[in-house]
Amino acid sequence: MMDRYIEQFPVVINALNIGFLQTLKLFLVTLIGALPLGLIISFGSRSKFIPLKLLVRFIIWVVRGTPLMIQLLIIYYFPGLVFHNNIWGGQETGRFIATSVAFIVNYSCYFSEIFRGGIAGIPKGQDEAGLVLGLTKSEIFFKVKLLQMVKSILPPISNEILTLVKDTSLARIIALQEVIWAGQAFMKGSQGISGEIWPLFFTAIYYLIFNGILTVLLGKLEKKLEYFK
Amino acid sequence: MSILEVSHISKSFDRTEVLKDICFSLNKSDVMSIIGSSGSGKTTLLRCLNFLEEPDTGVIKINGEKIYDAKDQEYLSEAAKRSNRLHFGMVFQSFNLFPQYTALENVTLAKELHAKREPDFKAHKKDVLEAIREEGKALLTQMGLADRFDNYPHQLSGGQCQRVAIARALAMKPDILCFDEPTSALDPELTGEVLKVMKELADQKTTMIIVTHEMSFARDVSDRVLFMDDGYILEDGTPDEVFNNPKEERTAQFLASFNS
Ligand SMILES: Nc1ncnc2c1ncn2[C@@H]1O[C@H](COP(=O)(O)OP(=O)(O)O)[C@@H](O)[C@H]1O
Ligand SMILES: [Mg+2]
Repeated sequence: MMDRYIEQFPVVINALNIGFLQTLKLFLVTLIGALPLGLIISFGSRSKFIPLKLLVRFIIWVVRGTPLMIQLLIIYYFPGLVFHNNIWGGQETGRFIATSVAFIVNYSCYFSEIFRGGIAGIPKGQDEAGLVLGLTKSEIFFKVKLLQMVKSILPPISNEILTLVKDTSLARIIALQEVIWAGQAFMKGSQGISGEIWPLFFTAIYYLIFNGILTVLLGKLEKKLEYFK
Repeated sequence: MSILEVSHISKSFDRTEVLKDICFSLNKSDVMSIIGSSGSGKTTLLRCLNFLEEPDTGVIKINGEKIYDAKDQEYLSEAAKRSNRLHFGMVFQSFNLFPQYTALENVTLAKELHAKREPDFKAHKKDVLEAIREEGKALLTQMGLADRFDNYPHQLSGGQCQRVAIARALAMKPDILCFDEPTSALDPELTGEVLKVMKELADQKTTMIIVTHEMSFARDVSDRVLFMDDGYILEDGTPDEVFNNPKEERTAQFLASFNS
């Protein structure tokens, strides 16, 4: 009995590592895309040009009001079903790009709302102090307000980041070969192992360790920004 | 010749006229105090001088040269306002220091950013930045903060913060330094140290406009006193004229409220 697990373990770990690499890639691509895009969207949702503001806020409302899983399914299948043109292709790369698009769109909307709150929370006096010193709007944003905003939004952003780690598992729905997919493969049969459910359960350890590391890193960053109030 | 000429400035918020046909001029090296009850338009007047608000009507001239004309689009662009407002330094009631920068960085930040816009900045980067830092240190030292260069605003008392704010405004070498109730947010025991540096600036012939409720200070340092009421300038004269022989009944009432 024990022998069987000892035999399976390296094979499974190897497969899960490969799967987790894909998970990690999706996580990073989403962050790198959604953080700046979220900032741009937050400017749109604060725009003085009312039609733009309403449009952006409507999009945010739709994206935040529907499950990420459905967004992912729509983005992946819609072009193929409706236009008979599967722009993503059937390959792993295509699935990864489709997943990334869905995740970036979804998370940038969540981030944008956090950014919007963060920008609005900075006292007007900071803008005015910058203005009377002859600074430009962009200098005021990048040199005066950005770091204050980062400090104030770090706790909610950290929350979203930890959620994102777990949300990457949704990519399983379009068969992206991330860590859950890799674990599940051993139920159906893969590399001479079949009917095993423990690899699927074991994937939880990956999420746990990764989120643990992120929690420590984000906590450190928060500490680092405690030098000012 | 007067350094500042303000003519026929008015300003409304949602149809309420807050400044009404404001006219005055100011001589170089003079200190002008603006007194008046809360809501009389003092803050709005200062904010119009540095274009945090746009006056609806009127003209502002510095050394005889127009820097604002409500009728002329040329003065309304962001770039025009940005360069013209540098004639005025501004010290706010609530300091508005940048919390993530040290006292010295608060003083040097704008200078550095201005320097970076110069085309030959890269060539002289080190010298330019060093000169800006030295200037900043000198200003903070002048403000009695020689031992506070590296403190962040939250590590400073209100009086120290306000002195950093004064140094920050002086760093831009404004023609006229404006104060909006600089001691109103301070504990009473801290107002003295701020008034003291302002007095020193006055003695060094800094041109200043000071909105204040510190009547004895205003009487002491001012060459000119304006009394504002309901958006009008009701008195414009020497401290002696305004405090001892006010023309208007309203002024006497206002001053009496301070003596009781
Ligand atoms: N941004 C604004 N919007 C609307 N009303 C304003 C605004 N700023 C000032 N006011 C009004 O203008 C009047 C003068 O205000 P203010 O200049 O702050 O007076 P003071 O500084 O003398 O107390 C007040 O009635 C105030 O409510
Ligand atoms: Mg005021």
